Amino acid sequence: MTAAVPGSATRAAEGYPSRARPAPHTLQPPRPVPRTISHWAPADVALAAGCAASALIVAWLVFAVFTDGAGWLAALGCWYLVFISLLYLTFREQAGQTVAADQVATVVIGTGAVLLAVPLAWVMGYIALHGYHALRPSFFLHDQRGVTPVKPATAGGGLHAIIGTVEQVGLALAASFPLSLLTAVFLNETRSRWRRPVRTLIDAMSGLPSIMAGLFIYATLVIPFGNHIKLFGFDGFNAALALAIVMVPTLTRTTDVVLRLVPDGLRESALALGSSRARMVWSVVLPTARTGVTTSVVLGVARAVGETAPLLFTSFGYDLLNTNPFSDPQESLPLFAYRNVQKQSQAAIDRGFTGALVLLLVVLGLFLLARYIGRQRGKSGRRGSGRVKHWMAKRPALSSRSRTDVQ
Amino acid sequence: MTTTESPTAASAFTAQSLERARSVSDPPTRIDRAFAAATSTAGLTVFLLMVLIGAFLVLRSRLALESQGASFLTRSEWNTTGKPPSIGVLGLLSGTVLVGIIAISIAIPISVLAALFIAEYAGPRLRRPLTGIVDLLAAVPSLLYGLWGFRYFSDQVTPLSKWLTDNLGWIPLFATDKDARFTGSLFIAGLVVSLMVLPIVTSISREVFSQTPPGEKEAALALGGTRWGMIRHVVLPYGKGGIIGGSMLGLGRALGETIAVSLLLPQIAKPTIHILQYGGGTIAGFIAQRAGGDKFTVSGLMAAGLVLFALTLATNLLASVVIARSRSGAGVEA
Repeated sequence: MTAAVPGSATRAAEGYPSRARPAPHTLQPPRPVPRTISHWAPADVALAAGCAASALIVAWLVFAVFTDGAGWLAALGCWYLVFISLLYLTFREQAGQTVAADQVATVVIGTGAVLLAVPLAWVMGYIALHGYHALRPSFFLHDQRGVTPVKPATAGGGLHAIIGTVEQVGLALAASFPLSLLTAVFLNETRSRWRRPVRTLIDAMSGLPSIMAGLFIYATLVIPFGNHIKLFGFDGFNAALALAIVMVPTLTRTTDVVLRLVPDGLRESALALGSSRARMVWSVVLPTARTGVTTSVVLGVARAVGETAPLLFTSFGYDLLNTNPFSDPQESLPLFAYRNVQKQSQAAIDRGFTGALVLLLVVLGLFLLARYIGRQRGKSGRRGSGRVKHWMAKRPALSSRSRTDVQ
Repeated sequence: MTTTESPTAASAFTAQSLERARSVSDPPTRIDRAFAAATSTAGLTVFLLMVLIGAFLVLRSRLALESQGASFLTRSEWNTTGKPPSIGVLGLLSGTVLVGIIAISIAIPISVLAALFIAEYAGPRLRRPLTGIVDLLAAVPSLLYGLWGFRYFSDQVTPLSKWLTDNLGWIPLFATDKDARFTGSLFIAGLVVSLMVLPIVTSISREVFSQTPPGEKEAALALGGTRWGMIRHVVLPYGKGGIIGGSMLGLGRALGETIAVSLLLPQIAKPTIHILQYGGGTIAGFIAQRAGGDKFTVSGLMAAGLVLFALTLATNLLASVVIARSRSGAGVEA
């Protein structure tokens, strides 16, 4: 090697073309093209379509000719099985086993995603379709006063249910949110010995079936005291307590996760600047986690709005408007839908579906709100970095001016 | 700055500071103490509340449990008015477990496939709406799934149930009585409950799949593997623990499902393994339909609820252990 270097140096000095500069007409190596992992050429797509079509014919043959109808669900399943087998066989014929397995896996895994989306659209679409008929503005203005089974579905409304839901969920949130937030702070920001047992118990309680919360309130408050104390009879307050029992473990857990996401560096900087733990939590941790906590609260409310089971033994349901949650039975949207849809008359069933549609819209609105808040958080983060960039962009001018000042 | 004094001054300073090391933790201020008190109170309140709920469940169910003894778990009738009353939870328990198993065995394949699609196939443009769909599936109240199943979907499944029992009736599970009704069956309840299990299994599987070390995935591809080969030999073995744990969490959810099941099943306390025909019930759904009653009835419902709670608790705890183990293993391998 050491011998070659002076040699090449002399050759370069003698005017030979160096290796760094290629000859003008030599062949360039082909530009590297990234290998695509799974590739669907147009011919493959056509092949798959052909398989689907022939599977359709086979399925039709089986279901129209050989069996006396097992329903369209079975037909669909049969079609899919035939389609997948045909797809595998044709691809194996063309490109071999490995490629065939890969292509079929792509189709099957894609089907999984479709099967996730279809039932959701189906349920929401069905409820929208059946609730839409009887949905009038009057639904938001009237209760069920004077509604008899022979009246049409548009008679009366669900105002009493909406008011009940708002009051019960509001009370439940007022009871459970401060408790959950403080407990999450307790779990994350203190060094108590009790953190472990509390966390274990909360995890255990979040698995409690929600009907048990209602049964618990029923057995501890309604049965012993209901006849003597008005507050503990069937009313919205008991429902709110049951809802709070359901909400506390879930809210605490989600808030706990959000607080855990706050970077430790922020906590340490706050402590290093001399702040106390309380000041650190109040001025650094909670503001950082604010949007996350808001999101989890909104999602928790969305869950609580749709809870039906805890209300069965507690607020009991009532057809007329009762704005006072602290005495007498009260309706709420899920109970309204649950009770009406089990009645005999078609008008009542339609009314129940209208209630279900309103409930669905409320839940959907809360869900979108949570997503919007979450996205705002992403955006504000980007805006923050943008602000830094803006500042950085200004800085050279600033420094150059300072330099001129020095000169 | 004179250099003559500084060494002695510095050494004196260090000697002094070594003698009296500044304590890092300051004495807590009043606000600090209030903060500690408030958070501890909240934590302990929640703790006590939860203990209280558990204690009351046990206390209130004692009346029924003492009168029935161990036969509460082995009997399958619900007669609270007889003398002596005889109630047992076996039939409901078997219904609960059957619905849970049907639901989870339908949900697992769909969830794992969907999670694979989200983690490995979907581009960033498709991934966001898909995770949104998973979250929305979890957010839709179970009542709405129940209404859909009760008023619409069960009629769509009926022909399938009929065909199954006509052609596969020799399997005891698919056998039915003559002229049996096909609505209100455990099979339909399991189908509807599987929708409520989908989001939890999907999100946990997806989370585990997305934690697969990228180096190993790329190694599989670099060795010439197809995408399916990579999934089969790297992603799926890696995510096995997560799939199992997520499925068990889903099972816990399915066992406790109340409203949809109470709409879909007749809530009969008799055990049945004929999953295609009208009949059966689950503990949660049974409680929901028997709202109210005298002290003994409520105590019986409480005892049934206690059994359900123990079942879901055991499932959930096992699931969290499995998930935690799969995650800690992931930490070591990565």
